Amino acid sequence: MDALEILFTASFWVAAIRIASPLIFATMGELICERAGVLNLGIEGIMTAGAFAGWFTVYSGGDLWAGLLVAALVGAMFGLLHATLTVPLGLSQHVVGIGVTLLATSLTYFIYRLALPEVTSPPKIEPFQPLPIPGLSSIPVFGEALFTQTPLTYLAFVSVAAVAWILYRTPIGLAVRAAGENPSAVEAQGISVTGIRMGAVVIGSALMAVGGAFLTTSAFNSFFFQMINGRGWICIALVVFGSWRPGKALIGAILFAAFDAYQVRLQQISGGIVPYQIFLMMPYALSILALILVARRATYPKALMITYQKGER
Amino acid sequence: MRLEPKPAPSLAVTLLFPLAAIATTLMLTSILVLAAGASPLSVFYLVAKGAAGSQFALLETLTRATPLIFTGLAIAVAFRAKLWNIGAEAQLYIGGVVTVVLGTGALPLPSVILIPVIIVVAMAAGALLLLGPAVLKTRFGVDEVVTTLLLNFIVLLFVSMLLEGMLKDPMGLGWPQSQKVVAEAQLPRLIQGKRLHYGFVIALASAVVVWVVMKKTVLGYEMRAVGFNPEGARFVGIPVNRALLKTALLSGGLAALAGFSEVSGLKGNLTLDLSPGYGYTGIVVAMLAMLNPLGVIASAIFVAGIFVGADAMSRAAKVPSYIADVMVATSLLTMVVAILLTRFWIRWR
Repeated sequence: MDALEILFTASFWVAAIRIASPLIFATMGELICERAGVLNLGIEGIMTAGAFAGWFTVYSGGDLWAGLLVAALVGAMFGLLHATLTVPLGLSQHVVGIGVTLLATSLTYFIYRLALPEVTSPPKIEPFQPLPIPGLSSIPVFGEALFTQTPLTYLAFVSVAAVAWILYRTPIGLAVRAAGENPSAVEAQGISVTGIRMGAVVIGSALMAVGGAFLTTSAFNSFFFQMINGRGWICIALVVFGSWRPGKALIGAILFAAFDAYQVRLQQISGGIVPYQIFLMMPYALSILALILVARRATYPKALMITYQKGER
Repeated sequence: MRLEPKPAPSLAVTLLFPLAAIATTLMLTSILVLAAGASPLSVFYLVAKGAAGSQFALLETLTRATPLIFTGLAIAVAFRAKLWNIGAEAQLYIGGVVTVVLGTGALPLPSVILIPVIIVVAMAAGALLLLGPAVLKTRFGVDEVVTTLLLNFIVLLFVSMLLEGMLKDPMGLGWPQSQKVVAEAQLPRLIQGKRLHYGFVIALASAVVVWVVMKKTVLGYEMRAVGFNPEGARFVGIPVNRALLKTALLSGGLAALAGFSEVSGLKGNLTLDLSPGYGYTGIVVAMLAMLNPLGVIASAIFVAGIFVGADAMSRAAKVPSYIADVMVATSLLTMVVAILLTRFWIRWR
């Protein structure tokens, strides 16, 4: 097949949307944290923990949706740890974030080994099945790509709409945005900046964990080590690329995923002339490139990474 | 709740806090040991015994500490200037690549010349690798955390490509590994027949040099000033960006030495499992040392001891050796809280 023809096939876009789904959840999670003024570098570890928690719940006999709920709760717990250390205690968001990633990852591996000491190949579960939306799914290419996905993918799109609506249309969203721009103004309204920021990090971390769980309960059907493989860090780049806006970040995630799906297909038709590692490098290189391109006009939340202490300016 | 600064604590109190952090870590990880159905006391005893219970154990711990001293120093230097280098893993591998490229017979030189040449080129390569993200930070304001993290993945794929291509050992039976470095490019062993090598001595010397640089030179002063308050540093005329770039060169070079020392002193060749995350563990090492270069030696030996001891323990008790990673990660978090408590009172009102 021709390298350009791929772009017009439905199967390519189905794959792109599937690859985008976990990134969408996790990017929304990170976006909420950063809009409230907290950089959450725990994302990579929280996604790992979520991936394991979701899969393990189902493996132990739970429902798929129960798995998702457990993943979200586990994510929220790590979020609470991150938030406690960075918000009221004001510790370095860089160091704590890396610490949370190391802790969540190592704790996951420890529990995996403890629960399944003897397994050599990871056990499988029955994952979410595609749920075509009647009517819409028969629209050629576009409809097939968007409406023959698993329920979790639809939920990912719903989460973008929900985050956008809450951030821009509700008082609590206004408070979150203000906490990341001008915290003293929030405090002046009698709202606790600490509370808003902690809440944002907890909810955001739950979303990250759901993104991880997508991989084990929808995209694949088992958990294996290093399965997040830098996706968390890519999501941080996507938040910057999307200028901290849910809609733009969604477009970024889909573009990125399309690129990722494309490089896999290029790899197949290139016939091994170019080393496969070059293709695998491209998503990471693209993320760096995207960061450079938007850096000059990036409008950071002004209080991002700045700790807030009541009564200080 | 609010934080109130308190007067600088005495040295004794300062040293007490890492110990308190470690004690807290042990208590927290006891829960996991209990969950694994083992007794915390006996497990921690086995870890300590496995880390330092015999001459063999102790030498193994020091061998494992060697790369951690290098990466710990790399992080300590960078974090002091608030340059968030999370890419020590990539810089380490580049150091390994240079060692193999120059050390497998390309340069027919005697040991006394060849090894310094490799060291200089390896450090330069690691330095340049971090210079990229540092320039992106100072020039374009691109956050170096994300770029250095993403570079880790790119560099590991690059190494994988080399090991299946240009650097592939033709006698390697298809394994992705490089040829062994020639005898002239190998660091000798410290004790005949043991694994501990001269890389450890170089690591100790590096720690002293970095300590002198940090405490006694203009560069060290600039780095500390930039890390403490970049605006203030700029105000008093310190070239902030240039200081950050110099920091990046030093930090990247130190991390690359870890790769050099592992290949030249221990493994002999380059493989994709040269480092089980020494670049990331270096962050914990540096934080436990409160970014003090001499403290890095002690904390690297301590962290190495946990890993070596846990390996030995997991063979005896049925507790997964990942407990070591959990302990190390937990100690990073308890340590940053402990450092906070040395500087502030927490007031609840």
